[in-house]
Amino acid sequence: MSKAAEIDIVSVSKVYGTTTAVEDISLKIPAGTYCCLLGPSGCGKTSTLRMIAGHESISSGDVRLGNTVVTDLPPAKRGTAMMFQSYALFPHLDLIDNVAFSLKMKGVDKEQRRAKALDMLKLMQMEAYATRRPAQLSGGQQQRVALARALITDPEALLLDEPLSALDPFLKVRMRVELKKLQTSLGITFVHVTHSQEEAMALADLIVVMNDGRIEQAAPPRDVFERPATAFVARFMGDHNVISGRVTGARDGMVVFDVIGGGSLAARGHGREPGAPIDIAIRTDHVRIGDAPALGLGFTGIVSNIEYRGATVKLSVTGAGIDDFTVIINDSDFFARPVAIGDAVPLAWDSQDAIVLGHLHS
Amino acid sequence: MTVALERPAIAAAKPARRRRSSIGVVTPYLQSAPLALILGAFLLLPIIMIVVVSFWDYDFAAMYPDFLTTNYSDVLGSWVTWKTYLNTIKFAAIVWALTLFIGFWVAYFLAFHIRTTAMQMVLFLVCTVPFLTSNIIRMISWIPVLGRNGLINSTLVHLGLVPKPIEWLLYSEFAVVLAMVHLYTLFMVTPIFNTLMRIDRSLVEAARDAGASGWQVLWNVIIPLAKPGMAIGTIFVVTLVMADFSTVQVMSGGQSASVALMMKNQMSLLQYPAAAANAVVLLVLVLLMVAGILRIVDIRREL
Repeated sequence: MSKAAEIDIVSVSKVYGTTTAVEDISLKIPAGTYCCLLGPSGCGKTSTLRMIAGHESISSGDVRLGNTVVTDLPPAKRGTAMMFQSYALFPHLDLIDNVAFSLKMKGVDKEQRRAKALDMLKLMQMEAYATRRPAQLSGGQQQRVALARALITDPEALLLDEPLSALDPFLKVRMRVELKKLQTSLGITFVHVTHSQEEAMALADLIVVMNDGRIEQAAPPRDVFERPATAFVARFMGDHNVISGRVTGARDGMVVFDVIGGGSLAARGHGREPGAPIDIAIRTDHVRIGDAPALGLGFTGIVSNIEYRGATVKLSVTGAGIDDFTVIINDSDFFARPVAIGDAVPLAWDSQDAIVLGHLHS
Repeated sequence: MTVALERPAIAAAKPARRRRSSIGVVTPYLQSAPLALILGAFLLLPIIMIVVVSFWDYDFAAMYPDFLTTNYSDVLGSWVTWKTYLNTIKFAAIVWALTLFIGFWVAYFLAFHIRTTAMQMVLFLVCTVPFLTSNIIRMISWIPVLGRNGLINSTLVHLGLVPKPIEWLLYSEFAVVLAMVHLYTLFMVTPIFNTLMRIDRSLVEAARDAGASGWQVLWNVIIPLAKPGMAIGTIFVVTLVMADFSTVQVMSGGQSASVALMMKNQMSLLQYPAAAANAVVLLVLVLLMVAGILRIVDIRREL
């Protein structure tokens, strides 16, 4: 069963009339990877998935699965299987017939296909419900049946369109674990569309952050979180402060820039032309209260809000030209030297924590 | 403060509840009374009268209250009646098959091949345009089309395709079926369109994903899910055709018979009890047919 295939997307675009849903994206998903397409709604992630599945025609570019170019193949000939957002189980068929559907279409005789469908239901621990209709199942059970139906075709890649969005929060976390386990045991490529960065971080080997029909960053979760490529990625992944400014010069291998309407900051990076716009990201939990270790690695701001979160305390700080700067500090550090709303506090970070963000060419 | 406010409210609620309970017993009956009265007066009572009259005696001039089964034995014992019933059922079967076939494809085209809802609504309204005129007018307007010197015949003769006008176009069973299909297809289109519109489009994609061809999607997904609509349409068409007399009379030119036409003739001969017995038999037959359809297809999902 484990015959994973690499998915190679080569400068693929999708145009609907005058709107471009996906703009010239290229992506290589290695065989056996759990890949999450992550982005806000309308970013083109679902269109991308549907183009891989073959449910959406490709306006330009190519999709290769393993060694075959599948651009013009119908969905069933691609070696992919898709799990739909609402699961799309056939309401008029019982679970066995739902799972056996693709075998029936291939003309496998009844005994054989029902036996294989039952095996598949057993794998998903759903054999006890084999003769029920989908409407008689809970959301989590429906998802298992949808998985069984997708996997019975023995696909090289499984495509999941927001598979967890219909579930309640508790079930979401449980099915997440099951999905990951399933992917590990089957060893096939999973491509999973989601708008939840938490879900993507928990599941993915490869996160593809998309915005406005383009890929902002494609990297392992740790890279995406620790070294976000663009301001959009830093903001979307959360837990980052993004500060914008204009470059004024360079000093000691650092780029120095002015925050608009504020002070001067510095970040480690390549020399840029003075006047060029620049964005930097600073992890909220890497900021401390204290004096800057060097010039440009901190600022002083007014505390506008304090939220106690148990193990951590979240401070919202407003500085000159910096509207809403979030600082997460340990509860013990906070209560050792507490601050109050309205206090002016010096904030500081280390030079390696200020990350210069890139821009996408437009 | 809330406590202080609640106390008198509870005290006031108690007698009010008691008063309401005495009205409460009657309220549902009062609420259902208008519909019950209308149905009772205009549906139940006439049916009871028909059943009662069907047991009466009659001669050429009057009816005599009695309890006779001769009306039924006349109906069921007559070879002519059996033939008429068979003829009516034959019409019902042919018209049902044709309206189902045409109705399904029209509904399918509207639901799956017209992309915008606005266009769907426009085309659907176009389907209902013939209903702006009465049944009789729509039926009669076939005559200049199908008649001996009608549009079709004169065209065919003019083109030299046939040496003389085709006789069976009008005043024939063909004409009856044609007119009925024309009259009743919309009764099939509407419920089927309704069920097709409710089919989740991702089911079609899921079927395609599983390797189904266009015909396989149709046969394995769309038609099974359209069954409730087909059943409702079938009930409409079958009951309408079984009770039809005007179409049969006009379009067959009196050469074909139907049960309702037979009843009409009996009534014009003042044989009301005989017609009533016929009506009861027809009612039972149609109810059995509807019961049969409901046994085969579960339409509750649609209601």
